[in-house]
Amino acid sequence: MKKVFERTASLKDMPTHYCAGCGHGIVHRLVCEVIDELGIREDVIAVCPVGCSVIAYEYWDFDCSESAHGRTPCVASGIKRMHPDKIVFSYQGDGDLAAIGTAEIIHTANRAENITVVFINNAVYGMTNGQMAPTTLIGQKTSTTPFGRDIARDGYPLKISELLAQLSGSRYIERVSVNTSANVIKAKAAIKKAFKNQIEKKGFSLVEVLSPCPTYWGVSPKDACKWITDEMSRYYPLGVIKDS
Amino acid sequence: MCGNEVIGEAAIQAGCRLYAGYPITPQNELTQYMARRMVEVGRTFIQAESELAAINLVFGASAAGARAMTSSSSPGISLKQEGISYLAACQLPAVIVNMMRGGPGLGNIAPAQADYFQATRGGGHGDYKTIVLAPATVEEARNLTRLAFDLADEYKNPVMILGDGILGQMMEPIEVIGSRSSINGRIMNNEHRISKPWALTGCRGRKPNVIRSLLLGEGELEEHNKVLQLKYNKVKSKEMRVESVYTEDSDLVVVAYGTTSRIVRAAILKARRDRLRVGMLRPITLWPFPDKEIQKLTRKAKAFLVVEMSAGQMLEDVRLAVLGERPIHFYGRTGGGVPTEEAVLTAIRNVLKAKSKEKTIYEKSL
Repeated sequence: MKKVFERTASLKDMPTHYCAGCGHGIVHRLVCEVIDELGIREDVIAVCPVGCSVIAYEYWDFDCSESAHGRTPCVASGIKRMHPDKIVFSYQGDGDLAAIGTAEIIHTANRAENITVVFINNAVYGMTNGQMAPTTLIGQKTSTTPFGRDIARDGYPLKISELLAQLSGSRYIERVSVNTSANVIKAKAAIKKAFKNQIEKKGFSLVEVLSPCPTYWGVSPKDACKWITDEMSRYYPLGVIKDS
Repeated sequence: MCGNEVIGEAAIQAGCRLYAGYPITPQNELTQYMARRMVEVGRTFIQAESELAAINLVFGASAAGARAMTSSSSPGISLKQEGISYLAACQLPAVIVNMMRGGPGLGNIAPAQADYFQATRGGGHGDYKTIVLAPATVEEARNLTRLAFDLADEYKNPVMILGDGILGQMMEPIEVIGSRSSINGRIMNNEHRISKPWALTGCRGRKPNVIRSLLLGEGELEEHNKVLQLKYNKVKSKEMRVESVYTEDSDLVVVAYGTTSRIVRAAILKARRDRLRVGMLRPITLWPFPDKEIQKLTRKAKAFLVVEMSAGQMLEDVRLAVLGERPIHFYGRTGGGVPTEEAVLTAIRNVLKAKSKEKTIYEKSL
């Protein structure tokens, strides 16, 4: 019998703490598959953020560091500058990357740091009870926007990837999703490209992943995937934003 | 060379591989020195977008196993406190220079010693300690910078060099010493001699390393804190450094550190000429604080006088060491005011005349 699917080596054989229908588990696996396919597990150093994926190092079988909230790309840059031949990536949520760490990600990209960033956009703060994120959609209800995100009160959802694409220092930025099988395949290809860019010393690469959070969107996992298609990806269109 | 530049060169001799900084007066000479010299010697200099970024670039370099340093002055050091707490929690070595200026808030750019509490109490959140070294001269700044890197590696802990605007800007003659030298009988290391099996280097041929401070399991964090406290006790017992000046026969012992100790030293020499039995105890390590040395002095000294460029911060540590056994007097200047030799001498004379149990002599008009 032919084996068509197995757990990839870099992903530890253990259950995760993520909620049912959460996108983190899929993206963790994609990152690990890419690392194993590129044969770089022993050269990889990951930096995990503050947020739902704070203990990603429990699931990944390679060197990892924690980081203070939002300072993730600084820690990654410090590691990369000391080990320019290692493969360093940060894994960040929308609160980490697009709120508290906005300055850090902009200047890291602007310095053209040769690192890879995997950016999970699920439009809420999942770790702390589903508060409004910088990426929360207009009208979206969260625990701190109980009447829906209101432009007058809360401002606009932040398209941080488009903003980063404006910087001369960024090399490659693509937005993907993991809400359908086809999109998962595309997401993996983008993540792989972002890692290959680093190996080829091409500079700052970032993949934004629209990722379902059924728990704090208050919907079923299936409806969460549908919401990404119907609502989220209309505001945050999928595809390559920059490839220079 | 000025104090700031000397600290930069000493860091390079110590094998500092990454320096990250952000402009702020009065420590700019250090950042500027590193901008040129680090590049010349093939190391990494980054002008960070903020103090938060600078301390976390240092965090990353340290996690990667490299010696790393950042520097700033008071308001910037406040921003670094988050990172210092994480460094301490993750048991990562790092050297942080604070050339203190007048505060609170934006304050001014004149010398001050008002960050003593922040430096010696941890400064950020949680139960942790930062080793704090307080040089009084440019030469000592060089020596303590070298020591700072060694102590940081040995104890896997952030070490702060606490100076002020005067020390940073003052020029004094200095002999540049090599990367492996002996200072006060202690051989200084450069980074190649230190093994860091915990560092993130990629997991080739070993199990993955993880740098973390989040410990959610039942009792895990308390256990981690016990490990830290045991380490701090070891630092306390082994690394306290102090200078005594005429303390053996003194009725009055003045306690002062850093720049202030130079003024006090001059005042004491004058007082001695007038046959006043006064001496000085100068803490070189502010944490660990020389409380046992001060406690010993209570047997002979009749009183203590604390002189600081603050409203009385080290004063509290002296009180804790003396434990009410002798009167403690205080003379301080704040907001960038520097005590004059004459004012210290007057304070010494007044204290020697004073009869009250505890009297605070504090000059309010600046």
